[in-house]
Amino acid sequence: MGQLFGPTNPAVDAGWQHTHPRKGFFTDTSVCIGCKACEVACKEWNHVPSDPDPQLLGSSYDNTGGLGANTWRHVAFVEQDAERIARARRSGRALVDLGMPSVGPPPGRGTAGASAPGGGADGSAAGGAGGSTGGADDYGGLHDAARLGPPVSTGVPGDGPIDTTPPDTPEFRWLMSSDVCKHCTHAGCLDACPTGALFRTEFGSVVVQDDVCNGCGTCVAACPFGVIERRSDGTAAPGERGPQQGPTREGGIAQKCTLCYDRLTDGQQPACAQTCPTESIRFGNHEELVATARERVAELHARGMTEARLYGANQNDGVGGTGSVFLLLDEPETYGLPPDPRVPTADLPQMFSRAGWAAAGMLATAALAFLGRRR
Amino acid sequence: MSTSGFDSYRPPEPAGRRRRKGRRRAGPSRGGGDGSREMPVVPDAEFGSYYGRPVVKAPPWETDVAAYLFLGGLAAGSGLLAAGAQLTGREALRRSTRLAAITAAGLGAGALVRDLGRPERFLNMLRTVKLTSPMSVGSWILAGFSTCAGVAAADEVDRATGSRLPLGRLRGLLRGAGSAAGLGAGMLAPPLAAYTAVLLSDTAVPTWNEAREELPFVFVSSASLAAGGLAMMTTPVAQAGPARVLAVVGAAGDLVATEVLERRMDETVVETLYQGRPGRYLQVSKVLVAAGGVGALLAGRWRAAGALSGAALLTASALTRLGYFEAGLTSAKDPKYTVEPQKRRLAERRRRGITDDSITTVE
Repeated sequence: MGQLFGPTNPAVDAGWQHTHPRKGFFTDTSVCIGCKACEVACKEWNHVPSDPDPQLLGSSYDNTGGLGANTWRHVAFVEQDAERIARARRSGRALVDLGMPSVGPPPGRGTAGASAPGGGADGSAAGGAGGSTGGADDYGGLHDAARLGPPVSTGVPGDGPIDTTPPDTPEFRWLMSSDVCKHCTHAGCLDACPTGALFRTEFGSVVVQDDVCNGCGTCVAACPFGVIERRSDGTAAPGERGPQQGPTREGGIAQKCTLCYDRLTDGQQPACAQTCPTESIRFGNHEELVATARERVAELHARGMTEARLYGANQNDGVGGTGSVFLLLDEPETYGLPPDPRVPTADLPQMFSRAGWAAAGMLATAALAFLGRRR
Repeated sequence: MSTSGFDSYRPPEPAGRRRRKGRRRAGPSRGGGDGSREMPVVPDAEFGSYYGRPVVKAPPWETDVAAYLFLGGLAAGSGLLAAGAQLTGREALRRSTRLAAITAAGLGAGALVRDLGRPERFLNMLRTVKLTSPMSVGSWILAGFSTCAGVAAADEVDRATGSRLPLGRLRGLLRGAGSAAGLGAGMLAPPLAAYTAVLLSDTAVPTWNEAREELPFVFVSSASLAAGGLAMMTTPVAQAGPARVLAVVGAAGDLVATEVLERRMDETVVETLYQGRPGRYLQVSKVLVAAGGVGALLAGRWRAAGALSGAALLTASALTRLGYFEAGLTSAKDPKYTVEPQKRRLAERRRRGITDDSITTVE
């Protein structure tokens, strides 16, 4: 049993005796175009069945809804007006003002094209578009970012210049974000699994063994991100199912993203990362991805996009940092992510201790009940 | 009234379903309010959530699991009473509680197996011992308890039928094993009553996780009063004294622990214990616990009154378990119970100057 909380190398913690680097994703939502190629590639490669009850959800262009047993990559669509853009910008800047290490353009990075944010003239021009809550400063930066001309580097060494200017307007923007299993350093699902069906791979990811899982559902409740889910067994009343659909594959057991374990063991990258046309999803060594993510967020802040922030890059957070790191452009809950997740197992020793006291109390009560009176 | 086949795809009107948080400023109207009665196909994203969808997932557990919470507690309390009766020579109490323990444990285990996604693989629960998994720890406790309770019950049946079971020379062995097993079940009973609280609390389900400090005390109290209540119904008054004490102390403990739990729980999450069906279950349960406890204390020496009090306590325990179970499922389905407490605790830590443990960073 490894540690339940705090920074650690999860693969070493799980007993792997090797020096495989930890693998993960960096999902940069600022360049996501919402094409859902990742969703499709994931389904195709992993033979993930269709939803037994597909529906039009009426929430923007998202009819997948969220991650689940049959959705291992999910693209969220959020439509925002100027007021909410301003609010996101303020909340992002508040993170900087908290006294976290200061951000700025990394030395020698291609941010020379970014002019200083917050020009007065720009602010007044954009201010008329939305509510007057933001003030000139809030809109000026966005205006600059929107018309930023020259292409800039993505921050990946060896990459050619790609135009990563977010295609937004001051009045309206679409947030598109491809969500996936976080492959937490301290994974609630893994710790809570009673059968050992979930295990930590040599790459630091968390994978279900389909033939061991008995579908008890404990992991579903233990995930602070609501990722893993038990696949329904596919049985339905006659007439409810389409004629061609057979019994559901791997029905009745827990299912989630495997970080394409089968592809990784063959030296390939996960299907979603390989198919992503904008490099919004990047796969690689976790340490390097986090460094890339930090450079990217600093670059966006330097351009005035103070709404940019990282999610999961902090190994001191409630799950010990995540294998899948995200760059978000608003508060996490806007994307359906928890704002302060904490792996429930972190409190397990205290919970067992409380249960021990309660059990001792019950035993003592019974003892007194029998000893206190004779016959 | 539908005018087109595609109208069925239209999302339900959001009006009145949930309170809107955050001010909504006047802006370009997107239908609904301008008199056209046309609903926008794409509703405004609500503040603080992704289209009001859940952040965490409720476990795929049916009422079977709530039934197990009740039956497991009942079995545990009965096993404890049986061990005490065995040690103090109360034969009638020992008989009724031993049989109650194995019946409740058997039904409860059956309910658990039925709730699995792949029931045919239920033995995988004993594939490994995993201390980080309350489900694994609990499976071993339940397996051990059920084995002990089963041997003790077999011994009891043999005694009750006047040694008519075809055992031959093994009878002496069963007598010895029955006594040892009865004590074993007694020792495993308190953990069996308490672990289910950890099983629920070791989740991201807001109500269960928030209740982690007090839930074990609620659950062992509920188990005690249920087993005491059942023994009051099935055992002659002369031997049911300890059962009455266990029931009365359990009822008092249940009421106190529940009160503490509700006071200390997050102000938003505690709503789930008051609202809707789970709220009604828990309300009725409190009344029945109080009534049954008082009845057992004052009138337990009269058989009919004692049995009536016992029935009230038994019902109360079932409602308590069902109430907490369903309140948890409700709390997982509404994102506000996940997001609001988390934002509050994050803000509280920041106010205290702790800024290095947020999952959201800009560095």
